[in-house]
Amino acid sequence: MNEASLIGLCAATVSFGALLYLAALGEMVSEKAGILNLGVEGMMAMGAVTGFMTALEFGNPWLALAVAVMAGALTALLHGWFTVVLGAEQVVSGLSLTILGLGLAAYLGKNAVGRPPGAVLAPVDWPLLSDIRWLGPVLFQQSPMVYLSVLAGVVVWFVLSRTRTGLALRAAGESASTADAAGHSVVGLRLTAVAVGGGLAGASGAYLTLSLTPQWAEGITAGRGWIAVALVIFGAWKPGRVALGALLFGGTLALKTRLQTFGVEFSPILLSMLPYLLTIGVLVVISVRARNRPSPAPASLGIAYRREER
Amino acid sequence: MIESETPPTMAAVELSGIWKRFPGVVANAGANLSISRGSIHAVLGENGAGKSTLMNVLAGVYRPDEGEVRVEGVAHRFRTPADALAAGIGMVHQEFRLVPSFTVAENVVLGAAAGILRRQAIEDEVADLAEQFGLATRPDRPVWQLSMGERQRVEILKALWRDAHILILDEPTAVLTPAEADELGVVLRAMADAGRSVIFISHKLHEVTGFCDEATVLRGGRTVAASVRVADTDAGELASLMVGSSPMTTERPPAHPAGPPLLEVSGLSALGDRGLPALESVDLTVRSGEIVGIAGVAGNGQRELCQVVAGLRQSTAGTVHLAGDDLTGASPRRLFQAGLGYIPEDRLGVGLAPRLSVVDNSILRTYEAHRRGPFIVAEKAEAHCVDLVERFGVRTGPLHEPMAGLSGGNLQRLLVGRELSGRPRVVVAAQPTRGLDVQGVKAIQDLLVEAREAGAAVLLISEDLDELLTLADRLVVMHDGQIIGEFDPTTASRSEIGEAMIGHDAGVGS
Repeated sequence: MNEASLIGLCAATVSFGALLYLAALGEMVSEKAGILNLGVEGMMAMGAVTGFMTALEFGNPWLALAVAVMAGALTALLHGWFTVVLGAEQVVSGLSLTILGLGLAAYLGKNAVGRPPGAVLAPVDWPLLSDIRWLGPVLFQQSPMVYLSVLAGVVVWFVLSRTRTGLALRAAGESASTADAAGHSVVGLRLTAVAVGGGLAGASGAYLTLSLTPQWAEGITAGRGWIAVALVIFGAWKPGRVALGALLFGGTLALKTRLQTFGVEFSPILLSMLPYLLTIGVLVVISVRARNRPSPAPASLGIAYRREER
Repeated sequence: MIESETPPTMAAVELSGIWKRFPGVVANAGANLSISRGSIHAVLGENGAGKSTLMNVLAGVYRPDEGEVRVEGVAHRFRTPADALAAGIGMVHQEFRLVPSFTVAENVVLGAAAGILRRQAIEDEVADLAEQFGLATRPDRPVWQLSMGERQRVEILKALWRDAHILILDEPTAVLTPAEADELGVVLRAMADAGRSVIFISHKLHEVTGFCDEATVLRGGRTVAASVRVADTDAGELASLMVGSSPMTTERPPAHPAGPPLLEVSGLSALGDRGLPALESVDLTVRSGEIVGIAGVAGNGQRELCQVVAGLRQSTAGTVHLAGDDLTGASPRRLFQAGLGYIPEDRLGVGLAPRLSVVDNSILRTYEAHRRGPFIVAEKAEAHCVDLVERFGVRTGPLHEPMAGLSGGNLQRLLVGRELSGRPRVVVAAQPTRGLDVQGVKAIQDLLVEAREAGAAVLLISEDLDELLTLADRLVVMHDGQIIGEFDPTTASRSEIGEAMIGHDAGVGS
């Protein structure tokens, strides 16, 4: 292992971390409002394909990103319609959304398979900073999506914990009847959160096809949506901890393709289990601690809300 | 002071002719309520009298079918609780509407409009407000760490922060210790003195006479006494207004000489769901061939008593003997084998499994008798089920269809049949006829009397005083987790029992 490959590993860790972070942040917003959306994988796929195809058609990567965000949000709103408005079972609807999103993306993108990208989000070369030894290539020669994911994390943290809207949104996830009694629209808050979550998942998908691996192929999301779902639990529904988890899990993704080149005799298949094993470990810690303090999970997560008429 | 010059006092709240119907129930049938400004007004009534519904109408939770809501003389049609809040009406529900993981301050300001949330600023603001009304609180604490009394103060603060001039408290003292209840009285008086109006829903008469100015009594969804000045009445009068005096409807079955004691409960104590004492040294004996009725306002320990006897709740002190054997803390199965039949209050949650078939439900207690090795013998199980269905007159569809399709009366017949078919020595029946139609009520009551004739000791818990007076050979009254009176149903008057039910002047008659 030489210095260049180590720097490559660190840079890839940050890239993959940002990819996971965008999707996990979206899932976290949705869950904070009480809606579990297991359709992340499907929403990512929709963002990935619509972003790639918009780039093919119009050649503008930023327009492509905007379309991907919209596509993710619209896909998520389908889940929102079923679970928030109609009160359907969230697990079933979310799983269906994954299957639907993956299938629809494959269908929409069948003519784009193997084509060169119409446009890419080129890495940002920060003046001066990018020349710093080590830090430069790892942190300051990344895709704009990496910096956008950091910005998104800060915005989400600020809105959730420092604004009244965030307080209301969290109340909808903790105790929907309380939020309702306080005069907030639980349906409105939850739909907004679900749409924001879908938008971020769509952005994560676009990061894949516009920057990280600029091409379209069926199954390009490769289960990363599921890692994002696990990451929310791993990060205990806190933006900062989710970011740390994203780097850790991103590291396993980066390492997976490099194990062989490093000459390490360790199965990459076992490595890809690591995020899930760590998440189970965190779940155990949470439930052990739950004996004397409330769980960090939103208390109304997964529970449909209907105003009672006795 | 010239009296003629004072303007006619306008009521803070005026509810007139309120009707509210739910499927199968009329909760309010033309109820009226008038609250004068700056007063503490009690709304009294038994369970099901329509108090909570009427308050929910005022608080915008329910929309009335008919009737008028006026606040400060202005007619309103509230669509949501937010509308009512905007008109100055705040309600403190029995079940607190608080987010446990939020701090006190965050809970108080939850209803505010969008904007930046400055933690320190809102904590100071809430602390000031609390001080103004003498409500001790810690604004930076998460609510899950607080006692029930503190949580209630947070609820009151929420309403005050939204500038509620009319504060509705739904049975506020139900979750409080006596000391906390007294403190609450002081706070409410301070609010009334500051010109706000307080509506206090209760059925604890000593609190009503203790710190309320006026009282309105509801019965059967109607107002039977409006704005009585508490100073001009007494607890006895209010109690008889609450309970009413409807004539007995059914004939009493002939008395039966009681045999040896089969169920003996002594010194029994237990905690309720919230970890507060729910039963306090209860002594009770039920003999073979008698029905002992337990009267009481819901939530005074009846439920916990049944659960302890049925092995579903742990006791903290005391013993339960079944036919002489000490079975304190025994498992439900052990108790069943010892001859206990249990008809739980929650028939679809505890008594039956709604998604299982009629056959499966009928053998839930006795599947051991229908098995060969690890397998249930279908023919035997079905035969048992058919036997139950025929003997207890259950009208059912296909026996292998889910239980949930049956009507309430037939569900209960199957449940009661299942519990009684093994000829139990002791029967515990909690609210066995609640929600049933006239025929169903009669059928279940007949079955209980039959069990008594067969020598069982029957413990009957009911909120229907008529039912208890009809069926019971002895009647005890529970209040605040204790048995505070025993009556002979043939001689006791309804108002005597009613007063005991609300913890007033425990009569130890008979």
